Amino acid sequence: MISFISPLVVFFIGALLMLFLKNTVRLVCCVIVCIAAFMCLLNIPQGVYPIVEFWGYTLILRFDALSLPFAYAFVIATLIGMIYSHHLKSSKEHFWGFVYAASVMGAVFAGDLITLFVFWELMTIAAMFIIWASKTKAAQGAGFRYLLVHLFGGLCLLAGIIMKVHYTGSIEFGYVGMDLGIASWLMLIGFMVNAAIPPLHAWLTDAYPKASITGIIFLSAFTTKAAVYVLARAFAGTELLIILGAVMMVYPLIFIVLENDLRRVLSYSLINQIGFMIVAIGIGTPLAINGAVAHAFVHIIYKALLFMSIGAVMYRVGSSKVTDLGGLYRTMPLTMIFCVIGALSISAFPLFSGFAAKSVIVSAVAEEHLTYVWLTIMFVSAGAIYWIKVPYFAFFNKDSGKRPKEAPLNMKVAMGIAALICVVVGILPSVLYDILPYSMNYMPYELSNVMKQLLLLSFVFLAFSLWLKSGYYPKERRSEILDLDWIYRKLAPIVVSFAGKGVLWVYRRLNYIFLDWLPSMLIWMSKSPALALKIWFSKLVMYFMPFGWEEARSAIEKAEKEYPANVLPHWSMSSSIAFMIILLTLYLVDYYFL
Amino acid sequence: MNITKSRFLKFFAGIAVLLVILDFVIPKKPHFGWDGIPSFFALFGLLGCFISVLIAKVVRFMIIREEEYYDD
Repeated sequence: MISFISPLVVFFIGALLMLFLKNTVRLVCCVIVCIAAFMCLLNIPQGVYPIVEFWGYTLILRFDALSLPFAYAFVIATLIGMIYSHHLKSSKEHFWGFVYAASVMGAVFAGDLITLFVFWELMTIAAMFIIWASKTKAAQGAGFRYLLVHLFGGLCLLAGIIMKVHYTGSIEFGYVGMDLGIASWLMLIGFMVNAAIPPLHAWLTDAYPKASITGIIFLSAFTTKAAVYVLARAFAGTELLIILGAVMMVYPLIFIVLENDLRRVLSYSLINQIGFMIVAIGIGTPLAINGAVAHAFVHIIYKALLFMSIGAVMYRVGSSKVTDLGGLYRTMPLTMIFCVIGALSISAFPLFSGFAAKSVIVSAVAEEHLTYVWLTIMFVSAGAIYWIKVPYFAFFNKDSGKRPKEAPLNMKVAMGIAALICVVVGILPSVLYDILPYSMNYMPYELSNVMKQLLLLSFVFLAFSLWLKSGYYPKERRSEILDLDWIYRKLAPIVVSFAGKGVLWVYRRLNYIFLDWLPSMLIWMSKSPALALKIWFSKLVMYFMPFGWEEARSAIEKAEKEYPANVLPHWSMSSSIAFMIILLTLYLVDYYFL
Repeated sequence: MNITKSRFLKFFAGIAVLLVILDFVIPKKPHFGWDGIPSFFALFGLLGCFISVLIAKVVRFMIIREEEYYDD
C-alpha cells in the first residue's frame, strides 16, 4: 500500500524534516525529497487504489493519465521553489511549501469526493500560512481575505458534494456535468473560486502580490492548476466554461496595461492564461483537454520563472514597481535573460514552451469551428502585453540609476532549471505530448502556424513601441488599481458601518423607552396612582378646552409640584376595602347567576 | 536601451516588414478562409495591442486611486 501513496507521504515526510534542518542540509534534503517524489510518480502503475474505510465509504487514490501530468509539474515547481528559497533563514515557507505541495497532489490524485474535499481545504490553509510568511501588515490582511474567500468556495463545494452523494449514492469523483441541478452549480462555484474565474477572481490579485518573493512561486503553481484539473475531470465539455474562459481571458487586459506593480501584472496574466485552459476544458474534445493539460504544465513552469525573475529584482532592489525600476539589464543580465525566456514562453513565441501548448488549444477551437472564441483568443494574444511589459519596464526602458547585484546563486540555479524546461519543451514538444491524457499526432511546427504567430507577436511589439514613442501610452505612476475586491475591502465596511448606525439608533431608542422612561414613569405613578391619573386626565382635557388654558395649566403645574404629598384623603384604607368588597360581590354574582 | 529610440524602432519595423513580405510567399492552411488573407495576423496584432491599450487609457480614470487607498 505504501508504494502508491508514497508521493504524498514523501512530501509530508519532507515537511516534517523541514522543521529540524537548516541551510545546506535543508537544501540537499529538499532536492532529495523532490527527486524521490518524482521517481515515485514515474513508477506508479496507473489505476485506482483503495486507501482506507471511512464511515462506510472506501477512500481511494487514482493515478491516471489526466492526473499524472499535473503531478509532474507540481513536483518540478516544488523543486524549483525550494531551491529558490534556499537563502531564507526560517524554514517556515519550506514547511508549508511541502504541506501545500502534498495537499495539492492529494487533491489531484483524489478518487473520491471526501478525499478531494479534505485536501482541498488543507491546500487553503497551507496557502494562507505561506501568504502570512511575508510578515507585512498588508499580507496579514490579504491572508485573512484569502481564507474567507476560499472558505466560501470550500463550503459551496462541500454542500455540492453532500447533495451529489445524496442524489447518486456514490462518493466517486468523476464526471459531474450540469445535470445534477443545484449540486452541479454548487460544485462548479466551489471550483470556480479556486480557478479564479471572474467575478470570483479578486482574491488572487489581492493576495499573491503581497506574498513573499519565494512564497509566490508555490502559490502561483498550485491552487489554480488543481482547480483546472478538477474542472477538466468533472466539467469537461460544459459550454458555460467556454464563455467563462473567454471572459477570463479578456477581463485582465486593461489591468495588465494599467498596473504599476509587476507582480500584480503577472497575477493578472495568470488569470488570463488560465482562461485559455478553461476555454479548452469547456470545449472538452480529447484535443482540447490535451491542450488544457499541456498549457497547465508549461504555464506552471514559465509563470514560476517570471515570478522568480521579478522576485530576484525585488530581492535586490526592494521593489517590484515599474516606477522604481528600469535599466537593470546592466547589472542583472542573467536575470534579464531568464525573464525574457519566461516572457517569450508565455507569449507563445515559437521555440518556447508556450507555443507548444497554446497551438493545441487554438487548433482545438478551430476544429470545433468556434469562430468567436477563436477571434477572442487571437485578440487576447495580441492585447495581452504583459510579455513585453514585464521584462521591458524592469530591465530596459529609462535608466532608474539603480545598479543592483546579480541574483544570488540559488536563485540563478532555480531560474536556470525553469528556463531550461521552457526551452526544451519548446524545441521538443513531443516530450510534453507524450505525457498527455489522450494520444495525439500533433505537430505545432508547421510553417504557416509559426509564421502566423511570428507576425502576430512582431506587430504587437511594433504597436507597443509606437504607443511608447507617441507618448500617449498611459503614464506609469504609483497607484492602486481597483478591482472587484473593492466590494469587500471598501464597500462592505461602509455598508456595515451605515447599517450599524441604524441598528445603534434603534437600540438607543428602545433602551431609552424601556429602561429609562417607562420605569421612571411607573415609579412616579405608583406613588399615588389615582392622583397621577387625575393629572394626566386634566392634561388631556386641557387640550380640548376652548378657553381657560392659563388657569388650567397653572392648576396642573401646582398639582404636579405638590404630587405625591397631598394623597387624596378619601382614598383611605376603608375605601379600598369597600372597593374590593364590591368587586368580589360582582364576581360572585357573575359566577352564580350569569 | 530604450525601444522608442529610432534605431531600435527602425530595426523592429524592418523585421516586421520582412515578415509581411514572407507571409505572401509562404503557403497557408486557413481554417476559416479569411485567416488566409495575407498579413491578416499582422493587422490583428497591431489592432489588438492598439485597442487594448486604448481601452485601458479610457477607463483608467475610473479605477485608478492613490497607492494608500486601502488602508490595510
